[in-house]
Amino acid sequence: MPSPDDRAALAGRDRGLLSDVEFVALSGISKSYGGTTALESVDLRIRRASIHAILGENGAGKSTLIKVLTGVVRPDAGTVTIEGAAFAVRSPATAAAAGIACVFQELSLVPDLSVADNIFLARGTGPLGFIDRRRQQKAAEALLRELGSEVRPTDIVRSLTLSEAQLVEIAKAMAKRPRLLILDEATSALGEQQVGRLFEILRRLRSEGVSILYITHRMHEVDTLCDTCSVFRNGRHVETFPQGERSPDAVVELMLGRSVSQIYPAKPAPAAGQPLLDVRDLSWDGRIDKVSFVVRPGEIYGIGGLDGHGQQETLLALFGVLRNVTGEVRFDGRSVHIGSPGRAKGRALGIALVPEDRKSEGLHLPLTIAHNLTLSVLNRLTRFGVINGGRQRRLVDDLMRRLQIKSSSPKAPVSSLSGGNQQKVVLAKWLACDPRLILLCDPTRGIDVGTKAEIYALLRRLADEGAAIVLHTTDYDELIGLCDRVGIFYGGTILRELTGDALNERNILRASFALATDGPTDSGGH
Amino acid sequence: MVATEISPARRSRPPLSLPPGAWRLALPLVVLAVLFAVLIAIHPRGLAVASMTPWANQAVTLAFVAVGQFFVVVTRGLDLSIGAVLALSNALASELVSGTPVEIAVGVVAVLAVGCLCGAINGAAVVFGRIQPIVATLATGAIYTGLALIVRPTPGGDVDEALSDMLTYETFGFFPTSLILLFAVVYLVWWPLSRTVLGRSLYAIGSNESAAFMSGLNPKRARLLAHVLAGFFAACGGLFLAFQTLSGDASVGFSYTLNSIAAVVIGGASLAGGVGTVIGVIAGAYLLRTISTIMIFTGLPPMAQPLFEGLVLLAAVSVGAIEMITSRNKLKVLR
Repeated sequence: MPSPDDRAALAGRDRGLLSDVEFVALSGISKSYGGTTALESVDLRIRRASIHAILGENGAGKSTLIKVLTGVVRPDAGTVTIEGAAFAVRSPATAAAAGIACVFQELSLVPDLSVADNIFLARGTGPLGFIDRRRQQKAAEALLRELGSEVRPTDIVRSLTLSEAQLVEIAKAMAKRPRLLILDEATSALGEQQVGRLFEILRRLRSEGVSILYITHRMHEVDTLCDTCSVFRNGRHVETFPQGERSPDAVVELMLGRSVSQIYPAKPAPAAGQPLLDVRDLSWDGRIDKVSFVVRPGEIYGIGGLDGHGQQETLLALFGVLRNVTGEVRFDGRSVHIGSPGRAKGRALGIALVPEDRKSEGLHLPLTIAHNLTLSVLNRLTRFGVINGGRQRRLVDDLMRRLQIKSSSPKAPVSSLSGGNQQKVVLAKWLACDPRLILLCDPTRGIDVGTKAEIYALLRRLADEGAAIVLHTTDYDELIGLCDRVGIFYGGTILRELTGDALNERNILRASFALATDGPTDSGGH
Repeated sequence: MVATEISPARRSRPPLSLPPGAWRLALPLVVLAVLFAVLIAIHPRGLAVASMTPWANQAVTLAFVAVGQFFVVVTRGLDLSIGAVLALSNALASELVSGTPVEIAVGVVAVLAVGCLCGAINGAAVVFGRIQPIVATLATGAIYTGLALIVRPTPGGDVDEALSDMLTYETFGFFPTSLILLFAVVYLVWWPLSRTVLGRSLYAIGSNESAAFMSGLNPKRARLLAHVLAGFFAACGGLFLAFQTLSGDASVGFSYTLNSIAAVVIGGASLAGGVGTVIGVIAGAYLLRTISTIMIFTGLPPMAQPLFEGLVLLAAVSVGAIEMITSRNKLKVLR
């Protein structure tokens, strides 16, 4: 690892020359999980003194690429070379030793330890590798101040907000003085000023010869920061080109592999009639702040905005998961109190929630498909508390046919299914209760394009049959292609509602950052 | 572009209040101090050497075992064999710790080594056999109990009396030697370790194992270390018990297993891992033993002792659960 002095010397040299030097090269990297291919013979070169964007939709293989580079997973095939020499990245520790550090999207912080302990988690700062608390504290303080964070090194990580924790995660990666710094959606919870500060630091690191791999789904960040772009699609490295060489539309086409319009069903005329769901001034715990919107039967209402602005909490509140929610929820004209998930899904209301994390909240992985499918409707399949086998079988067969769940048998464990089919099981499980209002949280995350299209078609069909659908997604294309109206969250409330021609990527992005939007908008919801 | 800060305003903390989580250490210490005051008040001899040394001695064994248990608990495990390791060490001590000074020294080292070996076997079963700690140590605990019974089928044996006297009486004529021994051993082992990355790994893997792994720590090594430490401290407890009773007994283990878990919880550690202090756990052990002493002197029926210990344990666990009960997101409670 070069010392700071070496880096300063490098900074003096011509960066153009330096950036021709290759630091890391991947060749023929493949990785599959069970039957799903995550990476397929990927070749990628990362030059020194470069900020290299990795673009691709969810499931394109970006996160697996990071896991390979950081030693979290081992590739099935292929080699990694660092500065021309083959290097076996066997574990995160070996990656760190080679000068690779990563700002993980899901954060790699230990909640019960202090900020300083986390930043220097795997390294002693004192002689002989012992932990020198004072030195550790000082170094952490300096790093945090550079990033513009007010967090104290002695604070316990559990007590931090998401944006504070994200800055600590960045400080932690920088503390390793890496030669390759990977940032995976590292700015999702940061404010504008903090992002600007981070970009300055990244540009300085680049001038010192550091390679930076920047993963984001925000095109404007790529425009302002990166010098090279690589596009991934379905586990393959599609193309690498200098930033600015392609138009944003061309880049999107590269990521999707087809034009956007093909995968979304046609939108019907705007729904009229009485709203099924009418939310007024919903607030909770400072994280939802007077959210108001209406959804009519036959409508798909999109919920967008940057991560962590109250979108998920709003869905959880509507499903009765949160305590002490204030405001009014009117359902089918009546004011209702949704006290628990049990009440929400009951016959009186008929609300279903497809949760964000299908593995921990949506499915019982070791149980069979049949058991998962019937879990939310068991009370309707029983007589005197005993499950009626025939009725269960008919329901399961019907659901598997309707959603085209591909499996050898309903008795196979859900864990044996691919991600797309698992998500179909979650959907089918809730369709079994014939819900009138369906809340969905990122239902297509990590799912292949084909299954996505099937799910879109299914949601549209459900809406046409009279259901009201609220879809929270982080994917702008889904908001634009699938939803009839979209509410953009900012700071815990719906800042703007977009519909018709105003529902485009530019407006979504601007509203997400609380900037004025073009075209007709309908803010408020009433 | 807007310059609005997204996160809510920083929670400000009054300058004199405890940092979050400090009550976990403060509470057992305060309760112990109160109970200690009660004990002195009702003890026929009051604050005297004749009352303090027995008080100090009677909790040392449990304190050793609880400290051992703590290292496993902090990594989000549980050692159900710890009482059995204590019993095996106790039985071995009654065979080995007598004779010439050299023989005694070899015997002590051998007992401690066997304890570490037992812990290493537990750790290997958990780390390499990928068996859950509770199940693995349930099985190995039965094996260690069996071995202890082979070594010492009936209570008895012989332990060096001179050494026993030295460790169970007072230093400078007034300070219980057993307390010095307890703190010296814990300090010598844990103080340097707590200043290494490996020691910090124990907390880190208990708090969030995947984050610890992604940060470049070695969870396997840390988990192995936790079990070896548990074996070592259990053996310390077995040795001290032998010095106290001058004999060995293969059947003493079971109550120590459960009481060690109780002491760890009362001492402010979380069974969910990542949280707790060695000092708190020692206080937890003394707290439990002090309750039983108080009960003896107040004339309450000794049979009711488990009832009161149970109430204290329930109270301690409830305090730890307050955070969850006040959580406003029901999903957070389930996790």
